[in-house]
Amino acid sequence: MDTATITAKSLLDSLFDNDILFETGVDGLYGRSGVFEEVIERFQRLVTRLGAPDKATAIHFPPGMSRATLEKSGYMKSFPQLAGCVHSFSGNERDHAKLLGMMAAGEDWTELQQATEVALTPAACYPLYPTVAARGPVPDEGLLFELSSYCFRHEPSQDPARMQLFRMREFVRIGTSDQVRAFRESWLERGKAMIESLGLPCEVDVANDPFFGRGGKMMANNQRDQGLKFELLIPVSSVEKPTACLSFNYHQDHFGQTWGLKFADGSLCHSACVGFGLERVALALFRHHGPDVAAWPAAARAVLWEA
Amino acid sequence: MRLVKLEARRKMIDRIRSLFARNDALPFDIEKLSDQDNLYDAGMTSFASVQIMLAIEEEFDTEFPERMLTRRTFASVANIAEAVSQLTEQSN
Ligand SMILES: [Zn+2]
Repeated sequence: MDTATITAKSLLDSLFDNDILFETGVDGLYGRSGVFEEVIERFQRLVTRLGAPDKATAIHFPPGMSRATLEKSGYMKSFPQLAGCVHSFSGNERDHAKLLGMMAAGEDWTELQQATEVALTPAACYPLYPTVAARGPVPDEGLLFELSSYCFRHEPSQDPARMQLFRMREFVRIGTSDQVRAFRESWLERGKAMIESLGLPCEVDVANDPFFGRGGKMMANNQRDQGLKFELLIPVSSVEKPTACLSFNYHQDHFGQTWGLKFADGSLCHSACVGFGLERVALALFRHHGPDVAAWPAAARAVLWEA
Repeated sequence: MRLVKLEARRKMIDRIRSLFARNDALPFDIEKLSDQDNLYDAGMTSFASVQIMLAIEEEFDTEFPERMLTRRTFASVANIAEAVSQLTEQSN
């Protein structure tokens, strides 16, 4: 791929042309080739290897979570534009006939659906906090989890690095402010070294989440002023606006307060998470090293295939 | 002249304080804080500061420009009053 003139759309087209991604008719929802999945699997193994000394507890959540949990987490305050709730038909036969009639007439039949108790998971760590809180006090040394989930964000785009359904791998540390910040520091270093070992250009920068509206502008400024979020950026669909492939988030005691995550002495827990955007890392590799994985630089291949 | 100005500022601060008193998401009693006390230190969350921001815009019929939507602007009652007087003086 000609990296000098790449745009989001040309990158997407070249991924289609090389049978790495497959169109589905919806921007941001794509089929993945076997090779694409193999790259993700090998990258996951690399992450597992780097994180192994920390002995995290692994939990795999499905891509849907409790809607009540999403509501209580405050997600709708900050990101109403990205959330997705699952709706389903629960009417009787008469309602069913009406639904089919509306569908046949090209009318909006979706009003006959009702919200279920399921919402799509927006970030891998959201289902974790109430699960941990239900298990009682957090031990003094804190807790460490390793998560992986498909996530949904409603932001249709022709930028392949901005998918609506994508996988996020996370490590989540719950503990004292010092413990969780030390954890984040260690991953800022490990994450950068890991991406550099794959022969990818990257930089780490302070960042903010895409909070909704004018109030969101202030939330974003607050987040930046306090250095709560850092991102590891790699040029994927644009050189000027590199893509966040890893993120390093310090939540202070937001989730501790929301879910009552406490130590035995009653003090509130802080939390931090490190997220790996798996599709984004794979896209960065294809974008910089080309569509043929056999022709990737030996150093990158050695890290992913031979270790 | 100066007394009139001070009086106006006191009134504005009272209006700002009443907005805090009406917001039940705040973990503190605004009456117990001075105009200079740091509201974030007192437990105001980022989201609560957004609610306050929107309430102030409505109360004073004004709109904060982006450059003023910072942590510092909303860090104390005095800072908010300063920002509001800048905005209302500009529009007068
Ligand atoms: Zn997270």
